Amino acid sequence: MSSNKTSRIGEEIWKTRVDKVNAELVTLTYGTIVAQLCQDYDSNYQDVNKQLEKMGYNIGMRLIEDFLAKSGVGRCANFRDTADMIAKVGLNSDTLKGARIVDISQVGFKIFLNVTPTVTNWTSDNAQFSLIFEENPLADFVELPDDGRAQDELWFSNILCGVLRGALEMVQMQIEAHFVSDVLRGDDTTEMRVSLVRYIEDEMPPEEE
Amino acid sequence: MPSTDRGVFSLIIINKAGGLIYQREFQAGLHKLSTNDYLVLAGTFHGVHAITRSITPKIPSVQPPSPATSSPSTTAPAASSYSYPNPGVPVTGLDYLETDKFRLTCFQTLTGTKFLLFTDPLTGNVDTIVQKIYELYADFVMKNPFYQIEMPVRCEAFDRHLGAWLRGRA
Repeated sequence: MSSNKTSRIGEEIWKTRVDKVNAELVTLTYGTIVAQLCQDYDSNYQDVNKQLEKMGYNIGMRLIEDFLAKSGVGRCANFRDTADMIAKVGLNSDTLKGARIVDISQVGFKIFLNVTPTVTNWTSDNAQFSLIFEENPLADFVELPDDGRAQDELWFSNILCGVLRGALEMVQMQIEAHFVSDVLRGDDTTEMRVSLVRYIEDEMPPEEE
Repeated sequence: MPSTDRGVFSLIIINKAGGLIYQREFQAGLHKLSTNDYLVLAGTFHGVHAITRSITPKIPSVQPPSPATSSPSTTAPAASSYSYPNPGVPVTGLDYLETDKFRLTCFQTLTGTKFLLFTDPLTGNVDTIVQKIYELYADFVMKNPFYQIEMPVRCEAFDRHLGAWLRGRA
């Protein structure tokens, strides 16, 4: 799967089909939510992380429909590369699922946040990879509280993990996502680790294999 | 209702569990089924759709050219050595159903929601109509924070935009 193709699809949708809002509005709104949660949970950052993830999950479950409607995945063979790849690599369903997760995450982040995370650090079984965020509109202007704990415990953008989990669950892929580093904490990169847990087979997913 | 929206009779939305979550006619005076019949219709269609998916013929894959052990052809190959024709294209269920009087188009999203559109057999561009309906659904149903996922759709804005768009085209 060429990342060129996916980024082109993302770019195209971003340019033509997406209503834009002021970035500051997003940053400030999200910042307010996190700050309020920190206050409500008495700076228990584990709980804040959990709550953010849950909120994201609920967003993701809804947002996926918008994503599918706009990107046309499933309707036509827009994601032809994935198919090409099956043809080349053979019917390795794990590879395919991994590729589909990447497609959805990359195009998704592009059209909803206009960021293009880099995909890297695949495990050999293709069930885990990392998304590196060079930029993160949620975290503009943010400095974590200086209480000695937030730097180690709060994952400020944790909502994104939830969004990804909710969205992919709706298309029969159960994943787990968490941040492993964040520039807000003084790390060099902002990295999210994504692992495929299983492919949900309960009620005849629209496509299998 | 004016005749401008001729061609599109009605729309049914079925959730991924086979429950009816939306039903609407776009032309006045259409014969209506009882609510219960619609529920049965939705559930039945859901089942039939699943069956049509599972009876998709599979062909023995040619990938392993069985090097030395060319066993007699009567031995059935292992289940895994069967594949769908044209593996790049996902397996779908029933896509459309046509009679002389109407055409039923089924569009299933990747999330499992099904949109059934009843149209005149002569209506063109049904795919475009369904796609637009899906977009309206994503906007006015899924993005409504008070809509509960998988529950019946009671979103006035969705009704309004759907009606307006269908009237506007053609």
